[in-house]
Amino acid sequence: MEAYINMVLLTLLAIVTLTIVRQRNLFSVVVLFGVYSFLMASVMIVLDAVDVALTEAAVGAGISTVVLIGTLHITGSEEMRPSRLALLPIVTAAATGAILIWGTYDLPEFGKADVPINTHVAPFYLEQSIPLMGVPNVVTTILANFRSFDTLGETTVIFTAGLGIMLLLRHKSRKEASKILKKDVVFRVIIKLIIPFIMLFAFYVHFHGDYSPGGGFQAGVMLAGAVILYSIIFGAHEAQRVVPQSVAAFMIPLGVLIYAATGAISFIYGQNYMDYTALASYPKDAHHLGIILIELGVLITVASTMLSIFYAFVERRH
Amino acid sequence: MSQASSLDLLYLMIDVLSGAMILAGSFFIIVGAIGLIRMPDVFTRMHAVSVIETIGAGLLLSGLMIQAGPTLLALKLFFVFVLFFFTAPVATHAVAQAALSAGETPQLSEDRRSKTAAATPVNSNDNEGADD
Amino acid sequence: MDILERIALHYNYVIMIFLMISGLYIVIAKGNMVKKLVGLSLFQTSVYLLYISPAKIIGGTAPILDEKYKIYSNPLPHVLMLTAIVVGVATIALGLALVARIHEAYGTIEEDAILENDTKNPDQDNVSGEDQ
Repeated sequence: MEAYINMVLLTLLAIVTLTIVRQRNLFSVVVLFGVYSFLMASVMIVLDAVDVALTEAAVGAGISTVVLIGTLHITGSEEMRPSRLALLPIVTAAATGAILIWGTYDLPEFGKADVPINTHVAPFYLEQSIPLMGVPNVVTTILANFRSFDTLGETTVIFTAGLGIMLLLRHKSRKEASKILKKDVVFRVIIKLIIPFIMLFAFYVHFHGDYSPGGGFQAGVMLAGAVILYSIIFGAHEAQRVVPQSVAAFMIPLGVLIYAATGAISFIYGQNYMDYTALASYPKDAHHLGIILIELGVLITVASTMLSIFYAFVERRH
Repeated sequence: MSQASSLDLLYLMIDVLSGAMILAGSFFIIVGAIGLIRMPDVFTRMHAVSVIETIGAGLLLSGLMIQAGPTLLALKLFFVFVLFFFTAPVATHAVAQAALSAGETPQLSEDRRSKTAAATPVNSNDNEGADD
Repeated sequence: MDILERIALHYNYVIMIFLMISGLYIVIAKGNMVKKLVGLSLFQTSVYLLYISPAKIIGGTAPILDEKYKIYSNPLPHVLMLTAIVVGVATIALGLALVARIHEAYGTIEEDAILENDTKNPDQDNVSGEDQ
């Protein structure tokens, strides 16, 4: 049954992709890309990757759509008709595809348990998560403890990207957002009504991430999304009275610092980097505390980076 | 033994009821999707889509809530329903506002009548299809 | 018959490759830079599918441990892809920031027009540096 649902969703995904390739209006492309992200999130749920699905829905359909539309506002949304015949790209893409499909013959069949990817290190993580840390969500334990070096690297990449965007797009004429949205009483009331619940849900996703899908990455994106929503209705100027740009910029390195410092505490006790056992007297508590601190660092960095990216694009409009 | 069989009957009833609601919800979602494609302009299309957001999603979530029973999951589904209840009309309102400010005006029946009279037979067929 | 069964068992990979080459085609063939970045994003998303698909075990459930379940899907690719999604949007946003600056300097984001502009006046420094 799962396999059939999976196949139907994947077919829809292929159709949407084909439409994205053919569509010439970039605004439609962006909206279709949001549809694509939601479909991809559904596929991820069918494939049991609930944490990934939550992230893809919040990031792919939320933040990237906002950033893409922000860019289209600056650059205009019509794609020019290509001047040359697109024969060579089609041949190249088709040849690459043929070689790759030939290569899939050696890949494991769908849904098999006894293939190398599922027998190598994953059973260890699944068995040791509760005895070592008492955290049932294995994705969280791998993210924040078993492979926390990876996550530190990823957080640093987000930090660097945010830094790059702020350097590229900083200070330009600021302008009030369109008055239509701000004047409309429906938007004002409803947005004020639901923003607290969005933030509450973000914190639920963050703090309940040990027991259910969620964690710092997803919660950070949702928090930033709440402020972005406020900014869309009331204007970036109003939103910056709530969260000033300087505060957002200050929080980006703060999160990375919290993450790295949590790992460095163990140095004082003569242990390896990212060994949390120094944080509390019982190893299980120590591991749990370490996970919470690291998720906090991720939350701060992701939320403030996403917000800074949005501010940078909004400030640039003229 | 009799207690066990009555419990079985209850579970069967729950399954049948929730299944029927989920099927009905799916039906309304498909109707809304067909309407989205077949309707002539933005405003009537929004009208068709509102079926998905209200009765389609409502029936689907109710069916799932019955299936979940009195658990935390049912409460979460109820929250999703409340979220839909508040956001779906606002989203529709936003699209309508955007369409109006972009200069899109609702297509009135007078416009369509004159269009049908002037149009070629192929177009009039198309319009009849949209009325279905 | 054999080939059909093979395709059914490798359907995820076939679709993944289709998404990947669609992204590749957009990046090579399309001149508009925003479209190119959307293509890059498509390519990236197909990689998520490549990682997550083999991690699924039929009859398994999401890797959140509970006494009711015995079989879980492989959580390791989930972790790798979760972080990759957030990093992906940050890097795409960086690319879009570059596109916005290119638009300010050249007045267009079409590759052909930019190359034409560069070959016409090779000495002129197009990047406006006065507001830095």
